[in-house]
Amino acid sequence: MTEPIITVENLSKQYRIGARELKGRTFREAVVDTLAAPVKNLRRLRQLTRFDDRVSNSGEDGATAAGTSTGDTIWALKDVSFMVQPGEVVGIIGRNGAGKSTLLKILSRITEPTSGEVKLYGRVSSLLEVGTGFHPELTGRENIYLNGTILGMRKAEIDRKFDEIVAFSEIEKFLDTPVKRYSSGMYVRLAFAVAAHLEPEILLVDEVLAVGDAAFQKKCLGKMGSVAKEGRTVMFVSHNMAAIKDLCSRSLLLANGKFTLSGPTENVIDHYFNSFKLMDNKKVFAIGHIHDPDKKVSLLSVELLNHKMKQANSFDMDQCFFILINFGIHKKLSNFHLFVNIFKNDGTLVFGTATWDSHGLDPNKIWEPGTYDCTFSVPPHLLNSGNYYLEINGQVPGTGFIFYEKEVVAFNISELGGSGGAKSRNRPGIVRPLLDTVIQKKN
Amino acid sequence: MRGGDEYGNQDNRLVKNGVQENIIFYLSGFTRGGGAVISPYESSKSGAPTRQASPLLIRIRKKSGFQLLNLRELLHYRDLLAFLVIRDIKVKYKQTVLGGLWAIIQPFFMMVVFTLFFGKLAQIPSDGIPYPIFNYTAMVAWTYFATAINTSGNSIVGSGSLISKVYFPRIIIPLTPMLAGLLDFGIAFLVLIAMMLYFGIYPNITVLALPLLVLLMMLTAAGVGLVLAALNAKYRDIRYTIPFLVQFWMFATPIVYPASMVPERFRLIYALNPMTGIIEGFRSVLLGTIAFPWTMLAMSTVIAIIVFVFGIIYFKQVERYFADII
Repeated sequence: MTEPIITVENLSKQYRIGARELKGRTFREAVVDTLAAPVKNLRRLRQLTRFDDRVSNSGEDGATAAGTSTGDTIWALKDVSFMVQPGEVVGIIGRNGAGKSTLLKILSRITEPTSGEVKLYGRVSSLLEVGTGFHPELTGRENIYLNGTILGMRKAEIDRKFDEIVAFSEIEKFLDTPVKRYSSGMYVRLAFAVAAHLEPEILLVDEVLAVGDAAFQKKCLGKMGSVAKEGRTVMFVSHNMAAIKDLCSRSLLLANGKFTLSGPTENVIDHYFNSFKLMDNKKVFAIGHIHDPDKKVSLLSVELLNHKMKQANSFDMDQCFFILINFGIHKKLSNFHLFVNIFKNDGTLVFGTATWDSHGLDPNKIWEPGTYDCTFSVPPHLLNSGNYYLEINGQVPGTGFIFYEKEVVAFNISELGGSGGAKSRNRPGIVRPLLDTVIQKKN
Repeated sequence: MRGGDEYGNQDNRLVKNGVQENIIFYLSGFTRGGGAVISPYESSKSGAPTRQASPLLIRIRKKSGFQLLNLRELLHYRDLLAFLVIRDIKVKYKQTVLGGLWAIIQPFFMMVVFTLFFGKLAQIPSDGIPYPIFNYTAMVAWTYFATAINTSGNSIVGSGSLISKVYFPRIIIPLTPMLAGLLDFGIAFLVLIAMMLYFGIYPNITVLALPLLVLLMMLTAAGVGLVLAALNAKYRDIRYTIPFLVQFWMFATPIVYPASMVPERFRLIYALNPMTGIIEGFRSVLLGTIAFPWTMLAMSTVIAIIVFVFGIIYFKQVERYFADII
């Protein structure tokens, strides 16, 4: 074995999630709050960058689990260790909020770890976004130099590669046009062209390949492939399992900020998909589970019901199903709304929905204390077959989240009764709506 | 700056969902088995062979306490500083009618107002030379200083999208306005030369010290800008404080009045403001109002260096959490 080019040891990163703003209910309270705010704000802002033990353990239970919040801090990464050999192309897999992007941000020195250490041998370039630092008023030519130097190239280096970059981006004609006049496709092509001509020993890539048109993507991936063949080390984050499978021989799985598995990509992806099946169709939350300083709302349970109102987590694509959320209101509250986001198991957000669709955004609507059931009904013929999971949050729009629960319950959509017959089978895509088609004979 | 990145982001988001699926089809032909283990040192084209002898080690861990300025790294990124300066200059007067004239309008019309109120109405002395040129000389330098600390103070917050997406020495960002502002300074200075010809005031040999005064002015602005930029990242109050600060500071500096108006016993305290010596210095070398203010300038230099060094130390200490709080 050669010396590893990347060594990560017990890497942890703690973030402080901002405490919610409290709003005075009466005019007098509002005035008093405003006057007292500076003292409170100063304390809060000072804490923003402090993570001493006293603060981080101020939650109810001293033990801080990764990916879960304690007080108002969260561990985005907890004790992650791994090594990468020179020339490896490693995929990083995990659900939203698993810590993938945080890991790349630490490796690319954008943010500092809370504890642990990373050793990198060689020049590092990160591509977390295409076109970082592009200025809309500047021309394509000027932006190539600006973006190139931001990414760590020297002017001489860009001079040398300039023609190659322009040729790759296919925007020769518009080189002296301000990029604000570019189409989004041209913009992305130019941005990727600059980034593709970096020559680091270690390249860190976050889901940036999913931009641009198909032909250009082909070119980008070809470039990525040749980067790998040149023997550079690449770490690649993506929700696109097919891309990971094709590019990476080995993958790492992160879950809730913890390093879960490393191995051949196929095995890791299998493990990742299996983890969704273990989720229940009902999740009951412990009392006091939500750290709401006001104790205004508590989320009690979330369950999935099929069209016969029976608990289930496998649904027929031809039938509707229901998401039943049971929650309690402890103090009079106005304009409270529930939000549900449904994700495909590869992490793609399929859609988000909220109670205001049917109940309006009325700031004067008052919620009396009590226990409530809220049912979202998902229509039939909407989701294609596959595995999904959902997250739930509650908020008073404009004042932040009261609670936010990720990966609450998972479900599967399939053809059970076969009622759809041939028309349902094997459709591509995430949604499968039934559309009206009209065919008229013209002559 | 910020507009540009949002523009880019938005575009990415627009196309993202539409084409994500396509990747699957195009991937397969290219990179199957792309994980072949080849040493980077055998096959990388540029620069790698030298690194084989002494691979560049980057160690990432939580830093604390004093951080030294990594000069070697700064040197590597000097082209970035150059292009950021070019960007600021090119973008500044885009889509304006008056363009570079704005660099003159601001100090010139302030001078007209000050001449009316302080020169004519309040009859404030001006060291024996016409009040307009007495005031304009100071306004040219002050406008540079005020613009530089204002832009610099807001620069880190304004570059949030850059800071959270890519690594580079952060200190380049608040230093950019010090250089970009020199162009406006130069334009406004041309008007000063015209006024000197008009009033028939010619500088003596001490004018050779002018570049040093400009450097001292840049150094002071850089130190103050660094502190404000770093504070602003965490305490956004700074953004609202800067306009106040600039106004108060202007009246604490001999802009609308000569330093000779300040009672002798307060002069020492008065000169603790580094801009005092600089402004008096400008008038001395250009207009010959007073003898070259050695003492005041010595104090200015010492204070400017202290502020600059403190600015760098403070900035380096807090820059590590910029990406998390912007």
